Amino acid sequence: MKILVCIKQVPDMESRFRPDSTGVWFAETDLAFRVNEYDEYAIEQAVRLKEQLGGEPELTVLSVGPDRVVEGIKKALSMGCDRAVHVQDNSAHLKDPWQIASVIAAYAEGEGFDLIFTGLQSLDRGSAQVGVAVAEILNYACATTVIGFEYADGAVTVRRELEGGVKGIVKLKMPALVTCQLGLNQPRYPTLPNIMKAKKKEIRAIAVSELLREDARAVMESFYSPPKKGTGIVLEGDVADQVDRLIGILKEKTAVVR
Amino acid sequence: MKALLVGECRDGKLLEYSYELFGFASRLGAETAMLLVGNQAELPSYGGTLYLADAGKYGEYNPDLHKRLVLAAVERERPDYVVFAHSSYGWDLAPRVAAGLKAAQLSEVVALVEGGFELPCCSQKMRRKVKPAGQVAVLTLQMGAFPGEKPGGTPQLQHLDVEGESKVEFLGYEPAEPKGVDLAKAEVIVSAGRGIGKADNVPVIAALAKALGGELGASRPVVDGGWIEHGHQVGTTGQTVSPKLYIACGISGAIQHLAGMKKSGFIVAINKDKDAPIGEVADVLVVADVMQFVPALTAKLAK
Repeated sequence: MKILVCIKQVPDMESRFRPDSTGVWFAETDLAFRVNEYDEYAIEQAVRLKEQLGGEPELTVLSVGPDRVVEGIKKALSMGCDRAVHVQDNSAHLKDPWQIASVIAAYAEGEGFDLIFTGLQSLDRGSAQVGVAVAEILNYACATTVIGFEYADGAVTVRRELEGGVKGIVKLKMPALVTCQLGLNQPRYPTLPNIMKAKKKEIRAIAVSELLREDARAVMESFYSPPKKGTGIVLEGDVADQVDRLIGILKEKTAVVR
Repeated sequence: MKALLVGECRDGKLLEYSYELFGFASRLGAETAMLLVGNQAELPSYGGTLYLADAGKYGEYNPDLHKRLVLAAVERERPDYVVFAHSSYGWDLAPRVAAGLKAAQLSEVVALVEGGFELPCCSQKMRRKVKPAGQVAVLTLQMGAFPGEKPGGTPQLQHLDVEGESKVEFLGYEPAEPKGVDLAKAEVIVSAGRGIGKADNVPVIAALAKALGGELGASRPVVDGGWIEHGHQVGTTGQTVSPKLYIACGISGAIQHLAGMKKSGFIVAINKDKDAPIGEVADVLVVADVMQFVPALTAKLAK
């Protein structure tokens, strides 16, 4: 069995974001990058499936982006992926989800993957499109928002998370792609021996120009802070002082604190 | 300008947020037609053209066939926009429809802005303006961003049928887990988010809840991580609450969490990130380290 895991590197969401020189996305200066949280669940699920099948499946991890994404790839390799593909693209952030999906699909087309795992969405772009679009291009069965995954007898059964805590149970024919929701599993921390082992694993670099065949369908116009809706009071400074001021406000505005 | 709105049914019932699609179309000033995979006994309150496909035949979740149904309706209506809710149904189906139409998809639209659409990014902290290229565009709408509107009337039905194989088989629904704690009755809820740092810190938040005579709530990551049981989760996949006082401790304010608590009487957020989206709904934002501030607050309240 051949399995592909697609991951993205995203900035820490507690960062302050400012527009870059293009004005349509954020400047990377001072940002710390890490593997997109949803994608960590995708990696973990693929590794668990490999373990379930006695180590037989070959796990390839793929990431599109500039050289910094190799750090994310290394994490996936140290969690248990076997080999990696780095699609080198310094302007991935300016491509639309359809272009990114077409790049991934162009790579995956000839590889004959039986299963593809992606995150439900990225924390920075949040389009929730790339995984589904890859499945559409490759004509794979696909389910999104997966919080339960089972593989048995050549078929995949998943639990999809719907609104209000209801779940939908769906069976997929192979080959299939699933997009992983938070809480699907507990992603492991790479152990030191596995980090050492990962250093010897192959990372194949492919220039994005070899895979990109599509034009953008959406035009990015600008990137900005949301209009401030909050009319709330902001308390800053010394903790003891903040406590006193908050208690004062609660006494005045609520009947809960007297 | 014309918009094809794709409604959504669950267990035979039209989901209420489907009416937000009409609210959006009004804002856009677009003529409408609707597509629904549902049943004749549960029609929307709408006097326009309704393309109806039988959920008994196609199932409520069958993306391969639902995609073909939407494409068939697009063929007849030639809309400028195909609009979904950014729900588990919409985000699953919309990219398939966009791929089929070779169209742009803009996800989670929150507003109409001059020359384009406003989309959230960076976990709701930032916004961007995006404009679709091409004749037709697929949109998903953030739930709650556009007020629902019931146009009224009885739809003019157009029955839709498509053929084809499906690569997915829907086996059924699994009901939501029973609520562990009925947070809806609580007057005060103190909720813990990822910002508390680790499971060992949960008792510190619980102590504040106790000091205020309230209940302990939780955000999704804290529940997913196993720090607090699911019965305490506030948000779209947990409970929707409206206590007199809601205190969010180390919760950044994902849209799914905000949807579950923004109607609370008074909202206090404690967060070290001054720009966290929770600030949009908070009456008071305390910019501080939760694990320093909360014990100090609890101690002072106990005096």
